[in-house]
Amino acid sequence: MKLKELESCLQQVDVFENPKLLLEQYPTRPHIAACMLYTIHNTFGDIEDKVVADLGCGCGVLSIGAAMLGAGLCLGFDLDEDALEIFRTNAEEFELKNIDLVQLDICSLPAHSLVKAVDTVIMNPPFGTKHNKGMDMTFLKAALQMARTSVYSLHKTSTREHIQKKAADWKVKMEVVAELRYDLPASYKFHKKKSVS
Amino acid sequence: MKLLTHNMLRSHVTGVTRGFPLIIRADEVKVNSVDFNREFVSRMIPKLEWEALVETAESLGHGSGLPRELLSGYENDEEFLKKVHHVLLEVEIIEGALKCPESGTEFPITRGIPNMLINEEES
Ligand SMILES: C[S@@+](CC[C@H](N)C(=O)[O-])C[C@H]1O[C@@H](n2cnc3c(N)ncnc32)[C@H](O)[C@@H]1O
Repeated sequence: MKLKELESCLQQVDVFENPKLLLEQYPTRPHIAACMLYTIHNTFGDIEDKVVADLGCGCGVLSIGAAMLGAGLCLGFDLDEDALEIFRTNAEEFELKNIDLVQLDICSLPAHSLVKAVDTVIMNPPFGTKHNKGMDMTFLKAALQMARTSVYSLHKTSTREHIQKKAADWKVKMEVVAELRYDLPASYKFHKKKSVS
Repeated sequence: MKLLTHNMLRSHVTGVTRGFPLIIRADEVKVNSVDFNREFVSRMIPKLEWEALVETAESLGHGSGLPRELLSGYENDEEFLKKVHHVLLEVEIIEGALKCPESGTEFPITRGIPNMLINEEES
């Protein structure tokens, strides 16, 4: 599948109806999702025939892309049942059969749960707001607990140094795969307006 | 919820030591057809909790004649791999619950999605 094709498929994925601000519900844009998945697939071979987990899967754009690129099973985890319901409908519309969903709070994942249960984790985690600082790091920790091979995660450039330090503490190898021009504060504001109306 | 997913999940109740396998109460089971991916299935087998998988499948009436003990040389047994594929990916629990084997806490499954959130008031 070509990158352009993947991107145009992902444009058909339905997104949050009433995004919940506290859960930082904004979808990964199709262009970014497609580029990210394409690299993970083509450069690192971490999708095809793999068990791929998507933490904070939301409406599922990352999992749906991974399933289209030949993942053996995509497992979506999210706290919010409304998002999972949209994800379920999306998967049905795309006729993707190798997707399964679980409602779960990543922040209270027990230390013995899902240990090395999947090959790859892909995610666009909540960054944490003033109410819940460090959410991105909690997600990263959970992802590293679950993955046998690799974790691919989107983060703000401003947190890179912090993540590098943490990665060294946790004894994992971290690599910046791509820098994306992704105007998050703006997109965040947009959702604020949208959810108020 | 597919049985492959079930094979990975554990009870999220605090204090529970193993919490595996979760006991399935199935009110509605559906069998979907999923493309057979030989590579994937044979690569998954050594990573599974085999006994739990067979017992769970049997408890649902979908044991498919899988042996309780994994025999060597299965990589070349196409028929066997197809059965494992069926059990792992095609059998799905749509409605029901997962019960923690230690605390008895139930996690509901609705429209195919297990809810592993702990309801603090209940426990
Ligand atoms: C930035 S959105 C990403 C959505 C989706 N992965 C995507 O790429 O379009 C973050 C997601 O994390 C979920 N979330 C927030 N807190 C969570 C938690 N504690 N446990 C699990 N999911 C959570 C939200 O519901 C939301 O769907």
